[in-house]
Amino acid sequence: MHWYNEIWNALVEALRLIVTLDPEVVDIARRSLAISAASCLICFLISLPLGSLIHFSRFPGKSLLISTIQTLYSMPTVAVGLIVWLAFSSSGPLGSLSVMFTPTLMVIGQVVLITPVMLGLVISALNAIDKAVPETATALGASRFQASLRTIGEARFGVMTAVVMGFGRAIAEVGVSQMLGGNIAFYTRTLTTAMMRETYIGNRDLAMALGIILIALALAVNIVLNRLQQRRQ
Amino acid sequence: MKSSSKSLVDVARRSIILATVILLALVSVFSGCASSGWSVLTAQNRLRVATTTSLYDTGLWGYLEPMFEEKYDVEVDVISVGSGIAFDWGKRGDVDVITIHSKAKELQFIDQGYGVERFIFAYNHFIIVGPADDPVGIKDLAPEAAFQKILETGTTKFVTRGDDSGTHVKEQAIWKAAGYDYANDIETASWYVDASGGMGQTLEMASELNAYTLSDIGTFLAYQSGLNLASLVEGGAIMLNVYSVIAINRDKVLPNELAETKAWKVKAANNMVTFLTSPEIQKLIGEYGVKDYGQPLFIPCAGQTEPTE
Repeated sequence: MHWYNEIWNALVEALRLIVTLDPEVVDIARRSLAISAASCLICFLISLPLGSLIHFSRFPGKSLLISTIQTLYSMPTVAVGLIVWLAFSSSGPLGSLSVMFTPTLMVIGQVVLITPVMLGLVISALNAIDKAVPETATALGASRFQASLRTIGEARFGVMTAVVMGFGRAIAEVGVSQMLGGNIAFYTRTLTTAMMRETYIGNRDLAMALGIILIALALAVNIVLNRLQQRRQ
Repeated sequence: MKSSSKSLVDVARRSIILATVILLALVSVFSGCASSGWSVLTAQNRLRVATTTSLYDTGLWGYLEPMFEEKYDVEVDVISVGSGIAFDWGKRGDVDVITIHSKAKELQFIDQGYGVERFIFAYNHFIIVGPADDPVGIKDLAPEAAFQKILETGTTKFVTRGDDSGTHVKEQAIWKAAGYDYANDIETASWYVDASGGMGQTLEMASELNAYTLSDIGTFLAYQSGLNLASLVEGGAIMLNVYSVIAINRDKVLPNELAETKAWKVKAANNMVTFLTSPEIQKLIGEYGVKDYGQPLFIPCAGQTEPTE
């Protein structure tokens, strides 16, 4: 079969799976979204305060810390998966939590994965705001905290970018999800882990169809996030 | 500034929309996981089974799992890995029950205290598969002789599981029986390809490369229609493939486990062993595959003397 036939078949299959709301596909799509959304949210709740703290403070080694954070953008997903696996394995230090091969552990793993990205981009976003903003606020009688809030407010579009990037990395990754989730049907299977399995066992049409659905999903989420990001004219 | 209160309301409104969307997504996934209470967040009330890939890729587990779940009201998670990894995870306590087909290692697992007891429950045979035109000419030879011919001809590739699975261990046994030293004669050979994966994946690779490989008959029949491989060597006592189920010994593997969790897990694991060896399920195992492939993929053998060929 020619490659263009294969792509056409995949497109048709993707459409069929979406329109008929195939239960397995709905299940894994929902799970991919939920796990990535959860990790993104938790990461945001960590990154915004922590990033602000790092940015607004002065301390020795600050630029070294920021460089380290940026280096961790490129941490391989399987390395993160392995580290978290060793920590939470039933025989490991956190084994008593019994979260091996659960969606919970996948969220934890993704948080570890995307925190450097979100943290680094939040700091960059804050850094890009003209010093005049907090200085003006202070001059108008704002406390240091209120002045910082003004800066954060001005940086909200950059912060939104950080969230979008974090979400993108989370929903697209397979190393963490596979290693920590085990690709269990109807429990920890996601679009990416399902794609990998289907490819390896020869169901290329299905794998491609899942890939198309994954891209469509990421696109849809991005459109929504973009609309929320728009400056009011 | 006049826009500040308006933009604050704006930001608040958008945050609420975003938060609602995220909350809906979370609720939808968690409600999608059937079962009670915290089971969704942790695995204390879920039975974990690590299985050899052939029991999974043939669809047998997919067939039996819902029956078990309904009968015993227990959530089961079946993870398909090679037998080698199943043993490893069993030793770590990451799974509660293992279903594998690697007799020597199973006995070792029990001897070392990691498993409670070994119960055989099904068997079939391994076969050597390859391109339909059989370039090396191994058809109907004895397995050891077939391997020898593949090595001596050296022009057609052989794909190995390479993952210390039951199939891989059997393959190594055949090389040894044919008189070769695996590490020196086989692993380094140019025609020897390592798939590092499950049976389905290995068959796929062999099909793509027009190569030979060793497979259990069940997975091969299940995948055959999508492959361009044929079964070439089917006989030989060495090709016997017996599947067993072993519950892990929680006292040794997880000595610090809460008594309540342990009791629950031990009961669930014992139920799984009982289930797989029960007459009703044994009958269903013996009939599995007849409808789709014209022949059963497994032969039930629980409680019988272990087959020797």
